[in-house]
Amino acid sequence: MHRFANPARFLRLASAILPWSSALSALLISAGLYFALFHSPADYQQGETVRIMYVHVPSAWLAMACYSTMALSSAVALIWKHPLADLIAKAASPIGASFTFLCLVSGSLWGRPMWGTWWAWDARLTSMLILFFLYLGHMALINAFDDPSRGAKAAAILALTGFVNIPIIKFSVDWWNTLHQPASVSKFGMPSIDPAMLLPLLLMALGFTCFFVTMLLIRVRTEIIASKLRAIRMTQIHTAHVAVPVTE
Amino acid sequence: MDTLANYLHMGGYARFVWPAYGLAALVVGGLLLASLRDLKARERELKALQDSVPGRRGRSRAASEQE
Repeated sequence: MHRFANPARFLRLASAILPWSSALSALLISAGLYFALFHSPADYQQGETVRIMYVHVPSAWLAMACYSTMALSSAVALIWKHPLADLIAKAASPIGASFTFLCLVSGSLWGRPMWGTWWAWDARLTSMLILFFLYLGHMALINAFDDPSRGAKAAAILALTGFVNIPIIKFSVDWWNTLHQPASVSKFGMPSIDPAMLLPLLLMALGFTCFFVTMLLIRVRTEIIASKLRAIRMTQIHTAHVAVPVTE
Repeated sequence: MDTLANYLHMGGYARFVWPAYGLAALVVGGLLLASLRDLKARERELKALQDSVPGRRGRSRAASEQE
């Protein structure tokens, strides 16, 4: 574990993964779009609106996976004080916020024709909206302090506290009577979804996952450079302070 | 032409299906562009800072990067 906390080693690993993850995400999303838009049937009840699912469901999955990544790295940052873990959490939250936003709006566009409403204060929808606010709060908090390590610590505590929302989102459709339908794709047993619909759904989900990995690696690299910049500037300020009395 | 218009019509749900895909393209593309722009900006900043430092460390780094 400690081996990966080394930024130089991380950067080497990231450079090795990036070409593959970006090529795979482009390939999988293209294939997914082809099947989603041209090669999958309309639903017998929902008609063509079912195609919104291929955007909506993968973005919901990734919104939650991204939060779990963020919470896990926040825990690692708080417990082991790995500097890289803080950077991963910081890099992940804007990605998660984007997926959550996409999930909420595409869900709204699907809800209007199928449920007759853009929005309902239903358990699944509300917990997803809370997830969006958690991401926004995390992004605001991490930049709210002059000392980046204090911001990172406060944001890590928020991320961990907010993790309670993830099982609530997951099980909201089982715990409460919701307008939202329960999961059709489950790890246990056969998914109750037509294979012709499952294929584009899985392609899009894998494509989004590769896209998430690509974005995370790029953003962590950016954060590593930013912290290097901070360190160099601090040394410059420090040496300037030391140098002044000498030259006088 | 009729089949294309029919396809784009999405069984009467065009105004829900296409905005969902359009927004997905915007979000994915926007995130990609913003992340790449940030990375390039930081890389430029670091290069400028390392070039401006005349110390031994700055020179040796610049030299090793050129190899």
